[in-house]
Amino acid sequence: MFSLGDLYQQVIIDHTKAPRNFGKLEPCNHDAEGYNPLCGDQLHVYLKINDEQIIEGISFEGQGCSISTASASLMTQALKGKTVTAFEQLFNAFHAMATADMDDKPDEEVLGKLAVLAGVKEFPSRIKCATLCWHTVKSAMDDAAEPARTE
Amino acid sequence: MNIKEIRQDFPVLHQELYGKPLVYLDNAATTQKPQCVIDAVRHYYERDNSNIHRGVHTLSERATAAYEASRETIRGFFNAASTKEVIFTRGTTESINLIASSWGGQHIGKGDEILITHMEHHSNIVPWQMLCERTGAVLKVIPMNQAGELDMDAFTSLLSERTKLLGVVQMSNALGTINPIKTMIQQVHAVGALVLVDGAQAAAHMSVDVQALDIDFYVTSAHKMYGPTGVGVLIAKQALLEAMPPYQGGGDMILMVTFEKTQYNDLPHKFEAGTPNIAGVIGFGEAIRYIQGISLDKIVAREKVLLDYATQKAEAFDGLKQIGTAKEKACVLSFVMDGVHPHDLGTILDREAVAIRAGHHCAMPVMQFYKVPATARASFSIYNTEAEVDALFAALKKARDMFA
Repeated sequence: MFSLGDLYQQVIIDHTKAPRNFGKLEPCNHDAEGYNPLCGDQLHVYLKINDEQIIEGISFEGQGCSISTASASLMTQALKGKTVTAFEQLFNAFHAMATADMDDKPDEEVLGKLAVLAGVKEFPSRIKCATLCWHTVKSAMDDAAEPARTE
Repeated sequence: MNIKEIRQDFPVLHQELYGKPLVYLDNAATTQKPQCVIDAVRHYYERDNSNIHRGVHTLSERATAAYEASRETIRGFFNAASTKEVIFTRGTTESINLIASSWGGQHIGKGDEILITHMEHHSNIVPWQMLCERTGAVLKVIPMNQAGELDMDAFTSLLSERTKLLGVVQMSNALGTINPIKTMIQQVHAVGALVLVDGAQAAAHMSVDVQALDIDFYVTSAHKMYGPTGVGVLIAKQALLEAMPPYQGGGDMILMVTFEKTQYNDLPHKFEAGTPNIAGVIGFGEAIRYIQGISLDKIVAREKVLLDYATQKAEAFDGLKQIGTAKEKACVLSFVMDGVHPHDLGTILDREAVAIRAGHHCAMPVMQFYKVPATARASFSIYNTEAEVDALFAALKKARDMFA
């Protein structure tokens, strides 16, 4: 059984208390709003993607629980400097990790530091907290008109 | 009153989660069910299952008798004038939608005003917004103060001859506030409007006499008063119900159907189209008899003692801020904690086997008022103990330490 400590690892607590890349990014060329109606988690993601399709800048702001805040913070660190294609791969790997079977080990080679969030799969009501920021980045890239949802 | 004995009536309470005894403090969302309610539902399915109001066979007669006995029990509990005034629905939400659709469709027009309060549950906001959109009527909101009490002066000044209905929650599920419905009803009646009282949260925690209070529409749900989910009631004055068109058409709500014309059934059946939740209604009646067996007055007194105990602990707890500190309140301790989001509290407490609610409690405007995304809410019932309140605060301390 996963314990609370597996979910609330020190890295997550750190990122909750001092989220990285927090605030509005100026200038940015993509942004989107993400919303989790169940929790009231609300975040806004800002992206600056250059002509080579590289994420040059990324930031977020908003309010949410520690899982959604830490997840967004860790995500911005992971995505800075990556290509849009790499984002797709990471998003898939992250989503797979968050919804995997209990016994599956996260792919740390692909996920790196993001693997600390693997604990959410033991807490079904919290998975969406962790994935919201990723859906929001996707919305921003697609310039979606509607706020991102985790459904 | 012996809490230990009462706890024996609720089988679900006697289990462990993660190796610790369950502490169920999410009673405002739904209460647990006593064995007698479970048995009543089970007995219906095991011995009496059949459709009601139509069969001439024995089982149908038994089922009909049990169903109608619940109606009489519920009539008595809320002191409605007649069982014709007691309409079974799927719950509070459907009861309100019934009123908005049937009565509202008939009586509300452009420029009319419907008054609600800032602390309504979404189920007493959205149906009225939908009605206003359809008809061009205007939705007005009675403001509240920081304690979570209605601004009664503002209420008075919002009343006018344009007011057609006040929808007011008797006890707020998000704050615990008990609203002064008696004076509100008198004032609303004085301008010729009607009152809908949402008793979903209140019904298990305070007595209601619909005649003494002169309530036009009273709605509540069984599952917040030890009964099954999926069943509730609308109690309304007979003259109003007689004049209202049916809400849904179908079986049981008719006397005679031809392709040219249908003659509707008498009250209360006019508003109960289709085969209802028979087992649920039977369980609802049993739940009310369970409350009567303990005595609602004793329940109210006991729950006040427990809330006072919890409130004292909350006041002494560093970093905890209560949301909802009305002078008149019951059974709800809603709060936020410095540095720990309500959803993290919910998860951490769950692992201590303490079940609370974290979220907006279907009252987003209340969250907007207090400028919080969500609150944590512990809500109490007759089977909760001081030791469980202690367990709650021990778990909260653990959460606070984790994020320290």
